[in-house]
This record gives sequence, structure tokens and C-alpha cells, in this order.
Amino acid sequence: MKPGEGSSVAVRPRAGAGWVVRWGLIGFTVAFMGVFILVPVVNIFWQAFSGGLGKYAQAFYVSPPLPGVEGAEADKLADLAENAAQNRAAIGMTLFVAAIVVPLNALFGIAAAWWTTKFKVRGQSLLLTLIDVPFSVSPVIAGLVFVLLFGAQGYLRGPLQDLGNSWGQTLFLGGLVRGLVYTGTHIIFNWPGVVLATCFVTFPFVARELIPVLQAQGSDEEQAAVSLGANGWQMFYRVTLVNIKWGLIYGVILCNARAMGEFGAVNVVSGNVRGANVTVPLRIQQLYEDFNLPGAFALATLLAALAVVTLILKAVLEKRVEKAT
Amino acid sequence: MAERSIRFKESKSVTSTPASATRRSRHILPGFGLSLGYTVTWLSLLVLIPLAGCVIKAGGLSWRQWVNMLGEPRVRAALVVSFGTAAAAAGINSVVGLIIAWVLVRYDFWGRRLLDALVDFPFALPTAVAGLTFSDLFVQGHHKIGWLAAIWNPVADRLTTAVNGLWPGVLLPDSLHGVYTPFAIVLVLIFTGFPFVIRTIQPVLEDLDPEIEEAAASLGATPWQAFRKVIFPTILPAWLTGLALAFARGIGEYGAVIFVSGNIRGRTEIVPVLIVEQLDQYKYDGATGLSVVLLVGSGAVLLTINLLSAWRGRRG
Repeated sequence: MKPGEGSSVAVRPRAGAGWVVRWGLIGFTVAFMGVFILVPVVNIFWQAFSGGLGKYAQAFYVSPPLPGVEGAEADKLADLAENAAQNRAAIGMTLFVAAIVVPLNALFGIAAAWWTTKFKVRGQSLLLTLIDVPFSVSPVIAGLVFVLLFGAQGYLRGPLQDLGNSWGQTLFLGGLVRGLVYTGTHIIFNWPGVVLATCFVTFPFVARELIPVLQAQGSDEEQAAVSLGANGWQMFYRVTLVNIKWGLIYGVILCNARAMGEFGAVNVVSGNVRGANVTVPLRIQQLYEDFNLPGAFALATLLAALAVVTLILKAVLEKRVEKAT
Repeated sequence: MAERSIRFKESKSVTSTPASATRRSRHILPGFGLSLGYTVTWLSLLVLIPLAGCVIKAGGLSWRQWVNMLGEPRVRAALVVSFGTAAAAAGINSVVGLIIAWVLVRYDFWGRRLLDALVDFPFALPTAVAGLTFSDLFVQGHHKIGWLAAIWNPVADRLTTAVNGLWPGVLLPDSLHGVYTPFAIVLVLIFTGFPFVIRTIQPVLEDLDPEIEEAAASLGATPWQAFRKVIFPTILPAWLTGLALAFARGIGEYGAVIFVSGNIRGRTEIVPVLIVEQLDQYKYDGATGLSVVLLVGSGAVLLTINLLSAWRGRRG
């Protein structure tokens, strides 16, 4: 085409060069994704099941040897049973932490999105910056900041534990409350630390998902509801929640996947002592260090399956969210 | 629905006088106080107070302590490994990510949607699991050889000999193997970082105005020229942002790296591993100091990129 010679037809590259480039690039993409994504993920399931289903199940439950039975076989069985029990404890811990973290962070996401999008406030960009903090810091730093506060020489440890000890002793309700207060104030190397660190790492997900959704919707429907006499909760349940349903679910799913898979931050705050406050990712590392690869991969299949389910749901929900905005 | 009289809440009625309106809530929609309260409490507890603790700790370090810490050979080696591997991975990701984003946006082929969904896998897969499977794929020796090691290691060995032939001694014999080498760290960081580049470029590519490209073509530009002079400058800010995000993620990555790196002091030890070790020994000063270095590093890169984009935006 010479300059000045207009074209009213969509320009197509010359068949030869264009075709080579196009399929070359596509081929590169497929090869790259194949090597970097498909092979590692398939490997997880392959290694986990390569010993057979029996070996795979051994990672989750092994009946301990009957009491009184001795011998090398019994010892091996006891070891396997102990391993499986610790694996189950790790799964329980992960579920426990996620059950606390995800609802709390979902509430935060709703509150933060509500506050920034429905009212004219001046702190909006500061809030958005703060919300992005966990994305830009290393997980190890996320754990470190809590150790600085609550660890052995931490700033808040002394005051907090004094509080816990004094309250725990004076409260009339005795053992249970005292235990709760004591637990709650011993944060690092204990489950509250794991919960806090996981909260830190995952709280942006729901907020970042809801803010654009709420922003795109505007306040008209809620204002209409209020003008018709709805109180706050009615308006929220019947109008807002209906509109943000898909975005909320989407954010919750991402938050959950990250909460269950967090490694670096939890590694720092949990102390990594066998059997105590160990989540599934930490347990995988312990098994790996013990050269117990079948066990490590068995637990890894759980998390990999969670990742696959997360991605599927993500793809499905993305369309619904797009329709809502 | 039964007819109900329209009742305006007193303070929110448009017919109320300004005086009475300002005495109560200024906002039409409820929940200002509640949402603000929860937001501020949560943010303070999770972000502000912990960060303040970190800043106070870091501020308490004397100048001499900083110099000593940064002068230690082990720290310097870890900084080189962390920043070097992250930079290499981000560089590779910027090229690979651009290609993949281009393919996903511009071409249509069977399986494109599936590939697009797969791009998010590194976001969804826990880092420990990624590290576990990569280290297994590349392990060699004992009684087992990983799938990729079987294919890659012979190639790697030949490459290493070839490079050493040109420039003797530059590469250690196992340098290009997939475990216990800086190369292994780069591979894993490529895995964790490439979605950042793709997801930042994709929206910009999708929004490209086809008229501009057609204009370029009608003026005689070859596809490559059109890309170089028209398309690439438009996506440059997003490309740089993706690169910076991948870099920031790379220097902070912990879970995936420790499985494949072996944490060999001086060769594959990354800064987060040093931080964890300092914390284990209750050396909070050192740990905080190193953390600040990481934060400053990633912050500086992000800031530079943002400034560059703003400068280009004003110019272009």
C-alpha cells in the first residue's frame, strides 16, 4: 500500500509471514503453559497416586497397631498412624483458620467498599493504598510484623499478657473464660497468631472485588429503598446484597483459596513445632523435609484440587460479575 | 404490596430545613458509622499498628547497625540472589507475558478460553505446593529422576559446557539444573510472576483502537513496524507496571523458592530465608532491617515505574 492510497478493507497480513508468526506465537504459548503449568500440576496428582490408592489413603488414616502388639511391623504402623493423625490435624487447623478468616475479611470487604463508594469521603485513596499493602509485601514480612508486636520481645506482648493474666484470674466464670483470655493473649506460636497473619494476607481480596462492583452500581437503588422507608438492614439485605452477590462470592472464593494456601506468613508466626498450629502448607514442608514425598503429595493434591475448583468457579462467576457491573 | 405512605426519615428528607439536616447524619444512606468503624478497626489492627511497630523498630536501628548488617558477606550474597533472580525472572516474564497476552487477545483458536483460565493458576495454587512439585520435577539422583530433569539436564549440561568453553569457569557444572541453583529460583519465580504481566497488559490490549492500527497499515507500515511504533508505546505503561509487580513479587517470594533452592549459603539463599532465621534467633533488629531493605527495594521499583508512566502520559 502506498501512502495516500486509502484502504477500506481490513488489512490482512500477507498469508505466508502472518501465518508463521501467528502459529509460532500460539505454539510458544501452548508450550510455555504446558511446561510451566500443566506438567507441574499433573505431576502433583501423578506422584500422589503413583503408589496406588492404598498408599494415598494412608496419608489420611491408618489404624494404629493394637495395644500389646510389638515388633518392627507394629512400629512402622504406629509411625504411619502418627503421620496420618498429624496430617488430619493440619487439615483441621487449615479449615479452622479459614472458617474464622474468610467471614471476617468478607465483612471488612463489604464495610470498606460500602464506606468508600456510597459516601463522599476524602480518605478513599488512602484506604485503597492501605488495602493494597498485603499484595506488595513478602509473606515473611507479613508474619514478621506480628512477631514484632506479639513475639517474645514484642511491643504489645507484655501489656497484653498482663491483661490476660489479670482478667483471667479475676473473672468469675473461671476456667473456660480464663482459658480463652489466656489463649487469646498468647498470639505468636499459637492459633491467634496464625489467624491474624492469614487475615493480613487475605483481607484485600473481597474489598478489591466489591469496590468496583459497588462503584459501578451507584446509590440509586439504595436511596430509593431508604426513601420508601426501609431501615438500614432491610435496605442492605434486600437491595445491596442482592446486587453484590456474585462479586461477594467471587471475592470470598479467592480469599478462601489464599487463606488455605498461605505459607510464608504462617511459617513465621506458628513456630512450626510438630503437631501444633500447623496448617496444610506447613505440614507439606515438614513431610518434604522428612523425605515423606507420598504424604507431601497427598496433601498437595488437596490444595491443588482446591485451586482447580477455585479457577472453575472464578471463570463461571466472572461472567456473572460482568453482567452486574 | 399494600400501599404504604411514603415516609421520609426526618434527617434525610429533602424537604427538611438545612439546619435540622445538619444536626443529624449528613448522609442519605445509612451505615456510615458502622462501616467506617469496622473498616478503621480492622485496618488498624491488621495494617496500621503492625506497620507502625515495624517502622518504630526500624527507626530504632542505629546507622552503625545498618552498615554492619549490609556489609556482612552473607547478607550481600542474599541480596544479590534475591534481587538478581527476581530481576531475571521479571525480565523473562515481561517478554513471555507480552507474547502470551498478545496471543490470548488477538488470536482466536480452539482452547483459547482454557489457556486464559490457566493463566490464573499461579495465583490460585499455594506457593508451597508449587515449590514441592517443581523441586520434584527437577530432582536428580538417589533413586529418582524428575520428569523435567530427565529431559532438561542433558541439554543444560551441554549448554553449560558450551558457555564454559567460550568463557572458562563462568558457570559451575550444575548451574543450569533445576534444583539447588539460582537458575532453579528463576524458573520458580517465572511461574509465580508471569500472570502479573499478562493480567496487566490484557485489558490495555483489549482496549486498543483498531483504527489506529489500520491507519498505520494504510500508511505503509509492516505489522512489525505497526507493533513497534504504534501498539507497543500504548501498552508500555501497563507492561512496565506488570514487570514491576512481577519483580516485587519475586523478591518477596518464600514458599515456592525454599523447596527448590536448597538455601545454599552464598549461592541460593534468599533474603526472606535470612529474615526467618534472624527471627528464629530472636534477632528482631536484623530481621526488621532486612525487611525494610526488601520493602524499599520493591517500593522503589514500583515508584519508578509509576513516575515513568506518569511522565510518559504527560508527554504522549
